[in-house]
Amino acid sequence: MKYIDEFRSRALTSRLISRIRSVADEGREYRYMEVCGTHTMAIFKYGLRELLPRNIRLISGPGCPVCVTPLEYLDRAIAIAGLPKVIITTFGDMLRVPGSSSTLENERAGGKHIKVVYSTDDALDIANRNTDKEVVFLGVGFETTVPTVAASIMSAAKQGIHNYSVLCAHKTMPEALGAIMAHRDARIDGFLLPGHVSAITGMKPYGFLAKRYGAGCVAAGFEPVDMLQAILMLMEQKRPIVEVQYKRIVDPLGNRLARKAIEKVFEKSSSEWRGIGKLKNSGLRIRKEFSRFDASLKFRVKTVRPREDKSCICGAVLKGIKTPVDCKLFGKKCTPADPVGSCMVSSEGTCAAYYKYGRR
Amino acid sequence: MCLAIPMKVVKIDGDQGMVAAGGLTRKANFILMKDIKPGDYVLLHAGFAIAKVKPEEARQTIKLIREL
Repeated sequence: MKYIDEFRSRALTSRLISRIRSVADEGREYRYMEVCGTHTMAIFKYGLRELLPRNIRLISGPGCPVCVTPLEYLDRAIAIAGLPKVIITTFGDMLRVPGSSSTLENERAGGKHIKVVYSTDDALDIANRNTDKEVVFLGVGFETTVPTVAASIMSAAKQGIHNYSVLCAHKTMPEALGAIMAHRDARIDGFLLPGHVSAITGMKPYGFLAKRYGAGCVAAGFEPVDMLQAILMLMEQKRPIVEVQYKRIVDPLGNRLARKAIEKVFEKSSSEWRGIGKLKNSGLRIRKEFSRFDASLKFRVKTVRPREDKSCICGAVLKGIKTPVDCKLFGKKCTPADPVGSCMVSSEGTCAAYYKYGRR
Repeated sequence: MCLAIPMKVVKIDGDQGMVAAGGLTRKANFILMKDIKPGDYVLLHAGFAIAKVKPEEARQTIKLIREL
């Protein structure tokens, strides 16, 4: 496919690899965090770790929305699914995530109305076709996804659709990266910033990572050529700055229309990141003006504060302090078929990637 | 979850249109974009076009690596 195949070229990849080898200083370690779960998957899929010199360490970051969505959110979604005349709509990757005692997939098998949609437009269609039912969309995801959810709420308001609402767990990336750098055990020299989040946010929100924390930043695409070039750019930075590798997609100013949609519907709030904890201003909640589309206000359900497995180290993995192989549950009690922690659940999760592709 | 792919705009009428890639054609919502016309490539995420692909930048990136 155009704009994909060219960036998987073996000729370009080898050129980048040999350049990286010649630039790398053997006396030091380069510790770069690939922020996005899609990066993590691509790095394993294309075997990039094996191609890089050993002193370049790629550390997986917190950019897997399913992984950082708290248990309590799932319990709430499952409880709402149990109410009469409710249809839950969701992207497919939430289906298998375990809540405290069940998954959406299990609930669906038990007869609950849970539909996988590809787009918020599909969820609105379902609401239009089922006016006697309440349609709830599970709003999970970062800045890439949020504008599409904002658009659905604006569209529902405009069309007078009253039976549509969103259970919102949206999060924003820069604050989480700040929290990682502020941690005393953080040893990150630079970030491969998430390309598709950056296409929306632009580069300005990341400036503080370079200025305050001295971390180099490069917004990177998701093909092997993209990621290798971004690594080379980080290595060649004379001082920490914010740059774009993924220039065919990312405008340094971002997508203003998309950000306007986000700002119209959502406001900043503190947000709970599974495994990391509560981070100030790292989440988005629906503004008062659109509160009739807020499923957490529309449906009052009770959930008990859930307990996480004490020996799970997903939190440290998400922060880049530990790797899955440091966990005693990994590959034993915790596998993709029967996950304990969130990083094993999503196919984009760090533990799931380590399990599927090997463990260096 | 932030998966998105470049697709070619086949048809556009207001906020709605059709995009194609790899033999697949599907509906796309263009409400988050402006100045898009058939023949352009856009990045499609969850049914929405969220960015326009810049062909010149793609060429430059490849050229730059070839010259390393």
